[in-house]
Order: sequence, then structure tokens, then C-alpha cells
Amino acid sequence: MTPLLTFEVHDLDVSYRNRCVLSGISLPRVQAGEIIALVGPNAAGKSTFLKAIAGLVHATGRIELSGQDCLGWSVRERARHIGFMPQALPEDTSLTVLEGTLAALLGPGGRITRADELRALEMIESLGIGELALQPLMQLSGGQRQLAALAQAVVRGSPLVLLDEPVSALDLAHQWEVMNVARGLAAEGRIVMVVLHDLTLAAQWADRIAILHQRSIHSFGIPDEVITERALQDVWGVAARVRTCEQGRPYVLVDGPAGFAPHTFTSFEKTERL
Amino acid sequence: MDVSPQAAGSPEHQSVLQERWIAHRRIVRKRWFVVFGLAALAIVAALLDLFTGPAALPVNKVLHGLFDPDTLSRPMKVVLWQVRLPVALMALLVGAALALAGAEMQTILSNPLAEPFTLGVSTSAALGAALAIVLDWGVPGTGGAWLVPANAFVFALGSLLLLQVFAHWRGAQAQTLVLFGIAIGFTSGACLSLLQFIASEDALQQLVFWNMGSLARADWSSVGMLAAVVGVTLPFSWRAAAQMTSLRLGDERARSFGIDVSSLRRWALVRISLLAATGVAFVGTIGFVGLVGPHVARMLVGDGHRHLLPASVLIGASLMALASVVSKLLVPGVLLPVGIVTALIGLPVFLGLMLRRRSMQA
Repeated sequence: MTPLLTFEVHDLDVSYRNRCVLSGISLPRVQAGEIIALVGPNAAGKSTFLKAIAGLVHATGRIELSGQDCLGWSVRERARHIGFMPQALPEDTSLTVLEGTLAALLGPGGRITRADELRALEMIESLGIGELALQPLMQLSGGQRQLAALAQAVVRGSPLVLLDEPVSALDLAHQWEVMNVARGLAAEGRIVMVVLHDLTLAAQWADRIAILHQRSIHSFGIPDEVITERALQDVWGVAARVRTCEQGRPYVLVDGPAGFAPHTFTSFEKTERL
Repeated sequence: MDVSPQAAGSPEHQSVLQERWIAHRRIVRKRWFVVFGLAALAIVAALLDLFTGPAALPVNKVLHGLFDPDTLSRPMKVVLWQVRLPVALMALLVGAALALAGAEMQTILSNPLAEPFTLGVSTSAALGAALAIVLDWGVPGTGGAWLVPANAFVFALGSLLLLQVFAHWRGAQAQTLVLFGIAIGFTSGACLSLLQFIASEDALQQLVFWNMGSLARADWSSVGMLAAVVGVTLPFSWRAAAQMTSLRLGDERARSFGIDVSSLRRWALVRISLLAATGVAFVGTIGFVGLVGPHVARMLVGDGHRHLLPASVLIGASLMALASVVSKLLVPGVLLPVGIVTALIGLPVFLGLMLRRRSMQA
């Protein structure tokens, strides 16, 4: 890992069959040790953005990893620097959690050594699914499979880690666990970019948040600056209250569609008072 | 990483990891035992195939005759060396080729029902054979005994090349490939029906018989050619095995591991084309081996291709050898087309296995 790990994006465009999916995406420089949350409504292009960085869709522009433009890199070279966890869970396969993780570690070639196997087991253990290491993936629950997929994404130790909705199938305890793993990865000096739907979760864990809206970046900054009632109205089209918890992080309560005035609605709060 | 709930690096933690590692190794070793067991099964099945037949040829004479042909009388020598041995080897090779093609195809199409014939290979081969049998039209430069197999081969390969072109044009995605394959199969099927409609009674009978799949046409030159194709393809399959294992986790994941999935899929299609086209050209349509072989292998050794491919090859070979034995015994004195036997026996056995597996999981 280079000591000066940085990541930035300039003017990234992605189109599928002449249809523009992302246009003019730029992210200012991000430093090692940061967690960046990527939020936005459905179909804003969050997954596509991560895939473009991982090299899974064709993109134009500039993506710099430690000052090097990685758009021209081969699949193999990108895999060395970037770990990616797709949104789709692993398909029905009788490969075990360990075998899946080993596949990620092996990549396109080479040999698996005993040290590799122990390293993969260690990674699986650290995600709290050590007991399941020798279970076939198809026998696991959705949440367990998500954790197994996370192990595959991070086991190579790549400096940039991209996670596409890693907590979508998880209960609260496991959500915390996954975000804590992300925190641990960042503390090791990696950069973690994570797509989340839960804004409160994003605000709680991320160092900075990027809101994607209509195929481009709506805003980027620390949670306080970005998660505002105004942004929720403009981007998600909802009337919401943004409050601040004791640690100073914002959290979000959604009242209804945009333009909705809470006093005209018999909310649960109000019913109780009546 | 230091996020584990237990202290990573503590002695207990290390011993837990060590135990899991040993358990993993034990699973791997067990799978290799299964593969060796299957190799033994294939040998036994091939020997049974050699022992059975209408000519009375005692077991000990067969065994002696294999190592020292001069101990046999001239007619026995002909029966063993010109009839039974080519048939037995052909059975092993066709079974191996179809099962290997099926296993790789199921992976690259991520479809458990895929086998060489899903993509229209056998119908295209049959169309090629029909052109030769009905219209006496063949690939230039071939003739005589080679006319039909050469035509079948060219058409089977052609259908898969066409598929490659489509794959290149539309991006080699699993679902698109399946759709194109089915379309090619149906188109060939329609042309085949047309030829059957205009065929003379004689040609029609010949065509129907070709379509049933038979090992009786095997001779040393066809055995040699199929052996060469299998021999050339196997090392490449083995080399791609680890990447194919990763593909079982999905396209995106495999690519994020650094694997060039399009090229992996394209080369797998080349191997499948060669294996299936050669196999079909020499023995005609053999159903179910390409489907059942890999399925049974998957049940026994799982999805890791380092074990799955050899297991599929050996199961396919054993199945064909056993089918060949049954085809000689089922109706005394009559050699049934082996394609009928594989379909007749393969399907119930397959269903039984699937149902048993279901109930075991439940």
C-alpha cells in the first residue's frame, strides 16, 4: 500500500447504449482512512458509479488513485487496487464461504497457499461468521451471504474498498457490525466507499457523504452540511425533519411527501396527545 | 484486522482457525477420494463393457487378450480388438466429452439445465447428417464413410461459431447466449423436418437411426480423433478451472476479482464446441449424459471446478460405458442404439437422485 493513498474523480461520464447514466461526476480528493457514503434516491446512479470505479462499466473522464489514472487499467490491475462488493448476493452455489473467499484471494491465477487459507479464515472469523466458514453459500440466509460477500470484497487487502448496499439484508446488530468493519478498514489506512439507503446510518458512520441525484453529484461534504431538510426535499422529494443527536451527528425523520405539512396530519405523536 | 470480537492473535483464536483449516483440508481430501473412486468405477464399467456382447468370449480370455492378443483365436481377436475395444473406448470418450462440455456450459451460462444440446448443437449436427444422407450433399473433400460424420461435425461446430459471433456482437452474457442457442436449435430443427419430409423411405430410415445415437459405428480412427480432441481440451479446462469456480459467484464478482469473464466464456465455448461437435459427429444424438454427469458430480464434490471437472468426466464416461453394457443386454441378441438407453435409464435415475437430494435437504 502506498503511503499517500488518495482518491479523486474528475468529470466522469458513463453511458449505456447512448443513454447517459452518469454525467460530469467529480469528487474532490479523499484521503486514506476516510469512509465516504454514497446516498441518493433509486436510479440516481449510485451502483453505476461504484461499478465505473471498479472498472465493470465503460466510463470516460478521470479516476485517480494515489495520483494515477486508473481508467486505463486492465481488469486484473484494478482488482489489485480495488475491492468491490456487488449488490447482488452470490448466486446459488455449493461453494463454501471459505472457498468463495479463496476465489477472491486467488483472482485470475496463482496458487493458494496454507497462509492464504488461514488469512481467509481469519477474515471470515473477523466478520463474525467463522462458524459458517465451511457451509455452502446456498444454505446461508441473505444476511449471512452478505457478510460472506463482504469477506470476498476485502480479503485481498486492496486500498480502495467499494461496498454496494452492504447492509440491505441485515438486522441492526449486523448493520452495526458491517459498518464497524468498514471503520476498521479505514483505520487500517484504506478508503471505503459505501452505498447506503439509510441516511441516519450514513450520517453516523461516514466521514463525508456524497448525494447523487439525477445522474450527477448534488452535494458532497461532512454529514452536517449535506444531510439537510432542504436536500431531503429537493433530492428525495420528502418532507423530513433533520435533528442532531448528542454526538453531533444528524439523524432523519421522514414525515411524508414533499410539501407535506405535519400539522394537517394525525401523526402517531398527535394521536397520542389527543 | 483488528475488528474481531475475540482478541485476534490470542492462542484460543489461533487454535480455532487451525481447527477450521484442518476441517477444510479434510473436506478437500474427501473430494479427491471421491474422484479416485469414480476413476475406479469408470475402469470397472469399461471392463464390463468389454466382457459383454453376443459373441461368447470368456472373461479370462478377454483379460489375456488385452495384454497379449496372440493368445486369442483369429475371430476372437477381431471381436475384441476391432469391435469391443473401439466401442468401449468410444463410450468412455463420448461420455467424458459430453459431461465435460455440459459441466463447463452449466457454469458459463449459470444455468443448471444447460448441456451441449441446449444450444442447438445436436439438432445442427443432425441437420448436417441429414444433408449428407438425404441429398448426398457434403463438405467438399470428404466422401465415403466420412461424409456423414464430417458434415455433422461441421454443422455442430458452425452452430456454435454462429453463437460465438452473436456473443461477440452482443457481449457474451449468459441469458443472451441461451436464447440464441435455442433459436439456432429450432431453426435447424425446422430445416431437418423439411429434409425428412422430402427424404426417400430409405434415407429417412437411415437418418432416424443416425439420430438415435449409436456406438456401433466406432472404429479406431474415430476413437483416435475423439481421444485427440478430449486430450487437447482437458488441459485447457483444467487451467481455467479456478477462474470457472469464481464465475459460480456471479459475473460481476468474478470480474472484480480480476478475471476477464468475456474471454473466459469465449474460450470455454470453443472447448465446448470442439468436444460436443466431435462427440455428436461420431455417435449421433446422446441425451442426458451432458446433463446428468455434471449434476451427479456436483452432488458428490461440490462446485469447485478442480474437483467438479474430473468428477464430471469420470461420471460421464462411466454412465456411457454402463449404458453400452445395457444396450447389449436389454434385448438379447439385439444391439439397441445407446442413445435410447441413456434417455430411458438416465432420466428416471436423474429424477430419483434429485428427489432424494431434496428430501435430504428438507
